[in-house]
Amino acid sequence: MPKLVLIIISAVLVNNFILQRFLGTCPFLGVSRRVSTALGMSGAVLFVMAMASVATWLFYHYILVRFGLEYLQTIVFILVIAALVQLVELVLQKFSPALYKALGIFLPLITTNCAVLGVAVLNIQKGYNLIETTVFGVGGALGFGLAMILFSGIRERLDMADTPLPFRGTAIGLVTAGLLSLAFMGFTGLVKI
Amino acid sequence: MLTAVIALGALALVAAFGLAVAARAFAVETDPRIELVEAALPGANCGACGYPGCSGLAKAIVEGKVEIGACPAGGDGVAEAVSKIMGVSYRGGGERMVAMVLCGGSDQVAGKRFLYNGVRDCSSAALIFGGDKNCRYGCLGLGTCVGICPFGAMIMLPGGLARVDPVKCTGCGKCVDACPKKIIKMVPARRAVHILCSSHDKGAVAKKACAKACIACGKCVKTAPQGAIKIEDFLAVVNYDVEIPEETAGECPMNTIVVRKEGTSDTGFLDSVAAAGGDAI
Repeated sequence: MPKLVLIIISAVLVNNFILQRFLGTCPFLGVSRRVSTALGMSGAVLFVMAMASVATWLFYHYILVRFGLEYLQTIVFILVIAALVQLVELVLQKFSPALYKALGIFLPLITTNCAVLGVAVLNIQKGYNLIETTVFGVGGALGFGLAMILFSGIRERLDMADTPLPFRGTAIGLVTAGLLSLAFMGFTGLVKI
Repeated sequence: MLTAVIALGALALVAAFGLAVAARAFAVETDPRIELVEAALPGANCGACGYPGCSGLAKAIVEGKVEIGACPAGGDGVAEAVSKIMGVSYRGGGERMVAMVLCGGSDQVAGKRFLYNGVRDCSSAALIFGGDKNCRYGCLGLGTCVGICPFGAMIMLPGGLARVDPVKCTGCGKCVDACPKKIIKMVPARRAVHILCSSHDKGAVAKKACAKACIACGKCVKTAPQGAIKIEDFLAVVNYDVEIPEETAGECPMNTIVVRKEGTSDTGFLDSVAAAGGDAI
């Protein structure tokens, strides 16, 4: 149990996927203009990361290991995640139109996101069991969400601010992202895991 | 090598088959007309119709919840296209309305009371003693309306006045809601004579604050046709139901009354602004 708590703290703060591992920076810069879209994206990532972790873990341990195909890990994970997200999108559209409306446009965006693949690969590398894998997936997505919401909140205010002309837009966005990443480095050493 | 190819191929086949079955099993029946109607709508997702976006309105139109011409931004053209898709006739709606900023007090004309150094947004500037402009009714010039316009129909003049391009304006009314000073009004596009002032201050006070303010002298009321202009609380207001001859504009001692014709073209509008030294209507 303490290990699970540590995994979450590690994934959210210490080894934040975006700010420390630099995975998933594409949506981090792409859909962070408004807090509402950042929230939608984070919700979709939470959904996909948790499911992808479980699915790829099961797939790895029950199929790849069994047939000695571990070296196909990366490419198989991409395939499994992509197929899974497609399937989930179909099911959501049918059974939960409200959730589909909220997450729908973000789901295809993250099918091949490196943060999602990163979670799946790290789970195997770190030798987690199924429960730890699930917790790591959820924790990683929470960290992703935290970074997204912090960043989009800052960007919304930056839009209003009187930014010097050469810095407007992406430039100040990247500067902000760098500073945010520096700030998160303060958590280094908080948890050893 | 061969195992890898076979294994991946098999996995891809299984996944493809599974998705194909799922797509059949979980297919959602949607009315194909929704997509067609959505394509016919302007697609700016401005929200003027009361729905969150064009797709929301398209669904409502197809389901018969709202009438064909429910898109205020699209006007008659869009309504006709939609009526063709829906197979019903469209009688034609009301007249085309465009937004207009009823203020002529640029920085040179009206001046500032103090130096505002806060967030570059009108709503926030208006919170501090009603803004930095001498005239407490005037355009604050920070361009909140320009930023919110989904059709790029608004520009900020160098003198700190927002202006609407009557050709690009679709009449969605977003700027009307966004303006903290409430000086943007919807006016019929075919009317040419406008009074560019919103100040309800008494004549002497208004004149002191702005060289182009309406001082409620009533000269235009006498010149214009009966009932076309009336003084409301120290401000001359145009009644757009009555046509006003363009000569009336020349009568105003403060040059507050202007003529803006409907046919101003896209580029012509911006050119005329530049030609007038950023002081055009």
